[in-house]
Amino acid sequence: MSNLPISNIVLATGFILVLIGLWGILTHRNILRIIIGFSLIDTGIHIVIVSIGYVTNGTAPIIDRALSPSEAPSRAVDPIPSALVVTAIVIGMAVTAIMLAYAIRLYKSKKTLSIDAFTESKW
Amino acid sequence: MRRAFNTLVVALFALLFASIAVTYTEQQTLPQLAAGYVKLIPEELGAPNVITGILLTYRGFDTLGEVAVLFMVAAGLGLVLGDSTRRRDAVPAESGAIVPSTELVRNGAAILFPLISIFAAYIIMNGHLSAGGGFQGGAIIASSVMLLLLANPEYLVDHDFLGVTESLAGVLYVLTGIAGLIFAGGFLDSRMLPLGQFGAFFSAGAIPIISVLLGIKVGCELSVIIDRFRG
Repeated sequence: MSNLPISNIVLATGFILVLIGLWGILTHRNILRIIIGFSLIDTGIHIVIVSIGYVTNGTAPIIDRALSPSEAPSRAVDPIPSALVVTAIVIGMAVTAIMLAYAIRLYKSKKTLSIDAFTESKW
Repeated sequence: MRRAFNTLVVALFALLFASIAVTYTEQQTLPQLAAGYVKLIPEELGAPNVITGILLTYRGFDTLGEVAVLFMVAAGLGLVLGDSTRRRDAVPAESGAIVPSTELVRNGAAILFPLISIFAAYIIMNGHLSAGGGFQGGAIIASSVMLLLLANPEYLVDHDFLGVTESLAGVLYVLTGIAGLIFAGGFLDSRMLPLGQFGAFFSAGAIPIISVLLGIKVGCELSVIIDRFRG
């Protein structure tokens, strides 16, 4: 158990979060809860991306007293997934804001947040 | 029926994810591209924080696009949620029952606001040296605006000021990029300014300047987004 690689544990954690979010989206009928499910999937994917960038015994790719420039290529974790996740967090927040705005508009039109009340665009 | 379908979908995804998580083997060495970034960014850009170097210089154009996405969200919220100036006049009439917050809450927010702003400035200005940067600091600025709004619901956010500041920061950001095109190797190339001493506060070329502009822009945009939701 102790020799389980840390990136596999973090990867599994991220995937579990994605599954919880997916379950929430599929089972709940309240739009706000569906949005929360979306955010959970978002966070889970961020964790998955970060875990893929981990290198065994790696540390943060910041050059300072603890990490000299010469040993950085052998001891730092992959910086590209981290940079990608900074982007993804901001875009995820933007998408959540847009979803919440539409939820407000939907509530104003029907005075309910239940997805069952919105049947017009159901195929 | 519906429950069985949901369970099936989630179970299939779980199976897929489990097979990935179990068979994934941890990287032992950096991929070539990442090793190149880790080596080049301290050498060429003089930035100790490799991630900031990627975000603001090598992938600076993507970051500009991302800020544009945030701007579009702020504009789109205005479109979806309606004209905020008209709604603001309507609010007191329909919701006269808003209880003003107590003096304790308002003074506490007034004391915390400058402290949070200083922290945000610290995060923004240390983006090239340590963990931090424009996006993170901008989010902290927006959180201080959120605190003000929660502590004092009647607080009016100055949209004109935020809009002008944000546009100015955006224009300066693009101008910095064009300056990189003229004085250095390409758009948003931070080497147009001297690199300075490695690890010093004023170092890494134009990265601190880009970081500040990004922080101001993101902070204004997120503040506008938060204020739009007040209704």
